[in-house]
Amino acid sequence: MTVDLSLAVAIGVLFSIGVYLMLSRNMIRILLGYLVVGHGTNLLLLEAGAWGQAPILGEGSPSTWADPLPQAFVLTSIVITLAVAAFMLAMVYRGFLHTRDADVAEASADEVHIDDGGEE
Amino acid sequence: MNALLPLVVITPLAGAALALAMRGSSRATRLIAVTTLAVQLAIEVAMLARIDSGGVMVVHLGGHQAPLGITLVADRFASVLQLISTVVTLAVLIYAIAQQRRDARPDGSSAAFYPAMLVMSAGVTDAFVAGDLFNLFVSFEILLTASYVLLTLGGTAERIRAGTPYLVVSLLSSVLFLAGIALVYAATGTVNLADLAEKIGDLSPGTAGLLQALLLVAFGIKAAVWPMSAWLPESYPSAPAPVTAVFAGLLTKVGIYAIVRVQTLLAGGHERFTVVLMAAALATMLVGILGAIADGDIKRMLSFTLVSHIGYMLFGVALGSQVALAATAFYIVHHILVQTALFLAAGLIEYLRGTTKLAQLGGLARAAPLLAVLFFVPAMNLAGVPPLSGFLGKVGLFEAGLSQGGTWPVMLVVGGAVTSLLTLYAIVRVWGRAFWRPTPLTGTAIAAARGGDDSAVSPMQAERVVVLDAADHVLPGAPTVQPPSRIRAHVLPAKLPRGMLAATVAIVLAGVMLTVAGGPIYGLLDRAAGDIANPDVYVSAVLGRP
Repeated sequence: MTVDLSLAVAIGVLFSIGVYLMLSRNMIRILLGYLVVGHGTNLLLLEAGAWGQAPILGEGSPSTWADPLPQAFVLTSIVITLAVAAFMLAMVYRGFLHTRDADVAEASADEVHIDDGGEE
Repeated sequence: MNALLPLVVITPLAGAALALAMRGSSRATRLIAVTTLAVQLAIEVAMLARIDSGGVMVVHLGGHQAPLGITLVADRFASVLQLISTVVTLAVLIYAIAQQRRDARPDGSSAAFYPAMLVMSAGVTDAFVAGDLFNLFVSFEILLTASYVLLTLGGTAERIRAGTPYLVVSLLSSVLFLAGIALVYAATGTVNLADLAEKIGDLSPGTAGLLQALLLVAFGIKAAVWPMSAWLPESYPSAPAPVTAVFAGLLTKVGIYAIVRVQTLLAGGHERFTVVLMAAALATMLVGILGAIADGDIKRMLSFTLVSHIGYMLFGVALGSQVALAATAFYIVHHILVQTALFLAAGLIEYLRGTTKLAQLGGLARAAPLLAVLFFVPAMNLAGVPPLSGFLGKVGLFEAGLSQGGTWPVMLVVGGAVTSLLTLYAIVRVWGRAFWRPTPLTGTAIAAARGGDDSAVSPMQAERVVVLDAADHVLPGAPTVQPPSRIRAHVLPAKLPRGMLAATVAIVLAGVMLTVAGGPIYGLLDRAAGDIANPDVYVSAVLGRP
């Protein structure tokens, strides 16, 4: 199996951009970062299988076929990414309605309960 | 009989679809949810009986043989965990129904609750029987997506805030897991666990180690292993009580289960990462329990003990011998029951008092003696007080560690004993504050209500005054999104709803049964550990070799 260098570089670039975006405090950036990393992972899955012709019985030989299994993985993964992204958008919007801000909310001081030894 | 295996996954999914279709009628959705889980439970009992006598159950979906098709595999270990998960989910569901009948909120949040619980049950069950890495990934996504919904139920500002780190951390762990699957497939050409167990040995140690490390990190995040545990105490406590209870019982254990599978099937017989896992286990125990000691809120304190006790299970997995794996399996079952029981009891406290902050609690032992028992028994069980099951599990782990010998196992045994004592300290602190001391505001509240003469007030009246008083304190500072109806429901609960009590009693009793029937259960789990300690059993069953 040969590995396409340009694809490997593309995967690396997608992962670095995605991770950079996910480190942000802004939920929209986190979402975009997740989508970019997701695409990087999908490419990685594709790269894991052999390339070639469409694997149709009676056309060509198995040695020239593409590996269909990673392609099935990628399809599943795309569907899952879509569903999670939709949920996350809804959640960001609901959070925005509460705080008028798309940043990750910090815990306010009265939500952190460090025990101070009680009130006795 | 093998047809039962796909049924345990399909049943809750079909139930969820049906419950979603009938969402207009809350009575119908409740009935569907309970019936579905009862059916699932019956199937799992039949499966366990069959597997214990007849060996590993394997189904190749669509007739595509392993390693190409999707394979479902249930050995004793998977079967026991499935069964206990469904027991817990069913009890929590009954608890939730009783709670919702009492303080039904008009925000429609309950319409999503039952389908989401059933989908989560399907995801958990599927994770236990998944025979390949990709199916494991899909089952994780099923249970995670359902858990996102459950965690942010109602969409209040507090829950959205708490749900955000959970969502982001889960996404990251899913991406890592998927990248791990891609690399595993690139290196070996298979994702079937049994096939991998054979092929991973052909790889160079560096490649195999990298793949194993990637999977361990992905599962370590899900299991809340230190240093990847900070998300858990941030997100769990703000969810509704039944949701927190079922998450605490099940979700981290699914991560541990995946780690067990990786370590037994994909380690290729090497001792790779044993020391790393032991160090992580020690840090998880100690850091977690120190958090529990410092925290002044019962639900957050319990979340920290949850993280801490993951360390014990990781310790057993790292040791890897049959004795250690049997103790781990026992500890997982024990911890699922005990942690769920404690969170359900905390939910009862919250129902009665409107808060779980220690500074505002007191006098519960007198006000609600049954609740006190329901908290005390699992709490002592968690700390490992003899003769309860927590003690049996810890003794098993310590014996396995000491018989193995060496610096790290002995350090972990010492660390485990220290953690156990600190757990007892954290529990006793809660007990002393919330249950035994007089209610903190009593003096002033009574004085204000009675003009300084508090001799004529009966204890019962005193409780009422305090609760009203506490509610007055809560109202101005409470977030505006909290509907006033909910606060009012908490002001004067006449008594605890019978359904909530019954569900909690059932889980507490199940925990006690683990002690009473400790011998047979430990025997079953020892046979289960025999299966997983010897990968050949699993591999030859899946690949159809005699």
